[in-house]
Amino acid sequence: MSEHIIKPYMRLAGLEPLTIRPESNFVNIGERTNVTGSKKFARLVRENKYEEALSVARQQVENGAQVLDVNMDDALLDGVQAMTIFLNLLQSEPDIARIPVMIDSSKFEIIEAGLKCVQGKCIVNSISLKEGEEKFISHAETCRMYGASVVVMAFDENGQADTLEKRVSFSERAYKILTEKVGYDPQDIIFDPNVFAIATGLEEHNNYGVDFIEATRLIKQKMPLTKISGGVSNLSFSFRGNEVVREAMHSVFLFYAIKAGMDMGIVNAGQLVVYDQIEPDLKKLCEDVILNRNNDNNEATEKLIAFAETVKQKGKEVKKDDAWRSTSVEERLKHALVNGITDFIEIDTEEARQKYPKPLTVIEGPLMDGMNVVGDLFGSGKMFLPQVVKSARVMKKSVAILTPYIEAEKEERRLVHLAAGTKNEEGSSAAKILLATVKGDVHDIGKNIVGVVLGCNGYDIIDLGVMVPADKILETAEKEKVDVIGLSGLITPSLDEMVHVAHEMKRRNMRQPLLIGGATTSRMHTAVKIAPQYDNGVIHVLDASRSVTVVSNLINTEQKPLLIKKTDEEYDGLRIQFLNKQQQKNLIPYEQAVNNKENFDWKNYTPVKPVVNGIKVFDDFDLGTIAEYIDWGPFFIGWEMPGKFPAVLTDKIFGAEATKLYKDAQALLKKIIDEHWFTAKSVIGFWQAQSNDRDTVVLQTNDGEVNLEFLRQQSKKAQGQSNFSLADFVSPMYKDFIGAFAVTIHGAKKHIEKFAAENDDYNKIMVQILADRMVEAFAECLHKKVRKEYWGYAKDEQLKPEELIHEKYQGIRPAPGYPACPDHTEKIKLFDLLNATENIGIELTESLAMSPPASVCGWYFAHPQSHYFGLGKITKDQLENYANRKKMSIEEAERWLRPNLDF
Amino acid sequence: MNIKELLNERILIIDGAMGTMIQRYKLSESDYRGERFKDWPSDIKGNNDLLCLTQPHIIKEIHRQYLEAGADIIETNTFNAQRISLADYNMQSLAYEINLEAAKIARTAIKEFSVNGQPSTVNRFVAGAIGPMNKTLSLSPDVNNPGYRALTFDEAVEAYYEQVKGLAEGGVDLLIIETIFDTLNAKAAIFAIKKYFRDVKKESLPIMISGTITDASGRTLSGQTLEAFYNSVVHAKPLSIGLNCALGAKEMRPHIEELSQIATCYVSAYPNAGLPNTMGEYDEQPHETAHFIEDWAKEGFVNIVGGCCGTTPDHIRAIAENVKNINARKLPEVELALN
Repeated sequence: MSEHIIKPYMRLAGLEPLTIRPESNFVNIGERTNVTGSKKFARLVRENKYEEALSVARQQVENGAQVLDVNMDDALLDGVQAMTIFLNLLQSEPDIARIPVMIDSSKFEIIEAGLKCVQGKCIVNSISLKEGEEKFISHAETCRMYGASVVVMAFDENGQADTLEKRVSFSERAYKILTEKVGYDPQDIIFDPNVFAIATGLEEHNNYGVDFIEATRLIKQKMPLTKISGGVSNLSFSFRGNEVVREAMHSVFLFYAIKAGMDMGIVNAGQLVVYDQIEPDLKKLCEDVILNRNNDNNEATEKLIAFAETVKQKGKEVKKDDAWRSTSVEERLKHALVNGITDFIEIDTEEARQKYPKPLTVIEGPLMDGMNVVGDLFGSGKMFLPQVVKSARVMKKSVAILTPYIEAEKEERRLVHLAAGTKNEEGSSAAKILLATVKGDVHDIGKNIVGVVLGCNGYDIIDLGVMVPADKILETAEKEKVDVIGLSGLITPSLDEMVHVAHEMKRRNMRQPLLIGGATTSRMHTAVKIAPQYDNGVIHVLDASRSVTVVSNLINTEQKPLLIKKTDEEYDGLRIQFLNKQQQKNLIPYEQAVNNKENFDWKNYTPVKPVVNGIKVFDDFDLGTIAEYIDWGPFFIGWEMPGKFPAVLTDKIFGAEATKLYKDAQALLKKIIDEHWFTAKSVIGFWQAQSNDRDTVVLQTNDGEVNLEFLRQQSKKAQGQSNFSLADFVSPMYKDFIGAFAVTIHGAKKHIEKFAAENDDYNKIMVQILADRMVEAFAECLHKKVRKEYWGYAKDEQLKPEELIHEKYQGIRPAPGYPACPDHTEKIKLFDLLNATENIGIELTESLAMSPPASVCGWYFAHPQSHYFGLGKITKDQLENYANRKKMSIEEAERWLRPNLDF
Repeated sequence: MNIKELLNERILIIDGAMGTMIQRYKLSESDYRGERFKDWPSDIKGNNDLLCLTQPHIIKEIHRQYLEAGADIIETNTFNAQRISLADYNMQSLAYEINLEAAKIARTAIKEFSVNGQPSTVNRFVAGAIGPMNKTLSLSPDVNNPGYRALTFDEAVEAYYEQVKGLAEGGVDLLIIETIFDTLNAKAAIFAIKKYFRDVKKESLPIMISGTITDASGRTLSGQTLEAFYNSVVHAKPLSIGLNCALGAKEMRPHIEELSQIATCYVSAYPNAGLPNTMGEYDEQPHETAHFIEDWAKEGFVNIVGGCCGTTPDHIRAIAENVKNINARKLPEVELALN
């Protein structure tokens, strides 16, 4: 067993843990649940409107707060009582109680009252030496008995620390007492070195920003396990009312303070501008004021004040069309469903519940009526997938409100039956559809869309998620008595897994029809490989919109045999077609193909030595830069709106909806970038390489030679055309070079799960698709940097983004598992060479899919004539030669290359 | 040898169910009452902890059977012995006395226990059992009023304080906060223990903490994930942290594995004898339970193992036999710096 090491991280907890590691991003502490900072929250608490006050907390969590600051210090409030009531209520809201609480008060009895309500590990904000050492120790000991981490304010008996020296020395004194006398672990201590207002006009305040930043740096140096926090909004106190300037100041301040080691801060998570996007003049003024530069005689301050006067407040006034609110409740529900509006769904659902005899009739009546309208509009092409997903969100929210009532009624009936000794015959009437992404595959955007669309049509969806083994799929199908099973997959090995599932279904004598979908699946493959394995119906479904018709036919006892029969006949035809094509195809023997290799003029070619030697890792690439490289075409295809970008935005049929979708995507993307939802990581590497004049490229690495094995086209070519192989793009004569890359987007999963938990499929799918687009964009962006800088073979390249999308540059970046080199197992070598799992956290599944799913990897070839191509079919002689080179059994090689085999 | 030295040497065995064993005696209302409570105004049958006062020999006999089966740690019969739970029988005033006597009975059982005619008191420990209470601090019993609590933190601390005092004065070696459904109740117990030892100015007895994952969600009844639970109680600086009750060994495995990864202290696990059948009885056989636990031990997940509901001295014997030659989980190295 390897040595088991546990790191001294700060570990907090709500219902879920929060670990703060050195590589963790800045921790946002939600500030709006603070009566001193939020007038709205203060009013709600004073008026005993705790339910609404909870919604303020929920909003903070939704906006990305990772810790919730709760403060009830108001002269008009009984703070102990208010803290107790609010925290007790908060504990009953799992979506809020998920994150840790920071109990914030200047009165220790309020802090202790708060500590008595929370099961998780809290932060106390704050204790200090203000009232002397004895009181400090006593408070700290009490906090420790509740297991709380503590924020220590830089105070002593004589007052607040207002110089750099005092900030540091007060903190050191507190540290010594806490660790030596009270028994605190250093990682449970947070220092707040006092954020004070700057640019007040008083010169002695001008260095407060610098002092905080420097104190942070020194404290982290001297006491590295401790954390630094601060109340950021104090800084801009003198610009009250001018949010533009305040937000810019906060953002600039945090930029420098975080660099110095600030770990967390009390901020309004929804309201931070991105440092890079602050208007340059304003940014410079803020920097001067915060860093106290160019500020003799308050010069910088004066300039910022002058600037502030020119900034007009963004007075937004949105007029909404509220006429629909005065219609009947049925009409309102329909309107909400069709337009995807969740704002009033709670009151409307409640009104309908009271109007209708049973909660179930609300679903069967007005909600289904509304969804039928949605279905009709979708079916006739008047609504588009993004809108349908929004409708589904409304539906789910409404159903979630009704479910407890339905359950309660069921329970009542059960008890009545129990008492009367009769049997309860009721069951769910909706057909059940089981969906799963097969074992080894992590891609599920398409599957999720199908789930949503079917869900909207009243089916009961059991979604088993990704990487689901056949046994689990089939066991669940049997246990839950599902009516239809749907399998999804994106990478080629998933096709085999689907064959396996079909085979198992036959072995288990199952009756359910099997639906096949996903990007690599095809009608042909389904007909030729999957359908023959199982007799009770295998149907390939092209896209989500078609799944509805197929499923509705399959659960109709009259339609089902007809559809299955029709499909069987169709697939028979395809199989015959396939066999005929097979025979027609003209393949040449492997050796002949090798002889017909592509020959560049190597004698007159001088390979460019890469600038970067070995490997280079990017831990956190700038998301804003990446976003500029996004190819929006595939984004719309993901949402089943095919067409060229930007033409799709003005498309006659779905232009308007595409534009809306694009706006939503842009807004979410901005949020993703601003709040750093994603972390873009990458590793690239370059090695000396030479080809063996056949299909092997030999790399020189620090650990010796590594052979990359490629495959060669075998189709009969016209005169003068070569049989391509990637190996042809590396010189067989001189020392040449090859590169490799892996890029990934971390962080999407959390937000996908969050949206899923909120029944918000629209944003969930949006995040997934954006993560995919971002990783592709990242690969594109990085490739450019490789060409220009890191390899540097095209230093003078000047291409526009659209030219990049059309691949008008020199060199290629083919990915193992894709057409030019379809063998996924070469990915293992690529990962080893780059140490990609360790360096940037991409894991390979047993089918060699990459996790997180938003990941891309590939080889870099630099030769100006290198180009993409598809391998096509290969014959047994090449397979045997390849298996031999790979030191792999023929069977295994067959398994990985099945789609390319001609036999 | 103190318990830490022993834990570094081998896997220790904690005893099995007390309730299951008491049931075997088929005690009547009058057996529960004994002479002292014969005129008690309410029914008291089922108040198992009261047997420490009315049928101490039965409790001692059960302890003896577990010691004989190979238990290194026996738990006092005090699962519900604090004034909040005892209020069900109107016996709040007996809380201290029951704990004191329960500790003494367990101590005597160890003192009288002999192997091959030789007294064998060394390396056997009494753990004072502190249960979860019949009221929870994080959950409202009233669905219409989620902010309501049937109990305050201070009341819970007061009740646990009295229990700890009784157990400590009765001579227990360890304190075990067990079957934790609601982490806030456990935090009240931790608070009470710290407060007690601070008040009497003695070093705290070692604390064992054992939570309960209630179902397949992998969370406690009060909604915490295992790691969140761990983070929320580790300030007790416990001797061990672990899981018991609600699940059989089969279902408990992934959670014990996770805990063994995150815990800086020793790890304990004492599952039920499987899941109850439709009649509410446990039918998992001793060799079956022992087989599962042996697997955990081989994986290096555990330091202390035993049984909860439905387990008997036979189960404990089988467990002790199966793990005796297997190395205990090594404590992880806790780094003191970040790099």
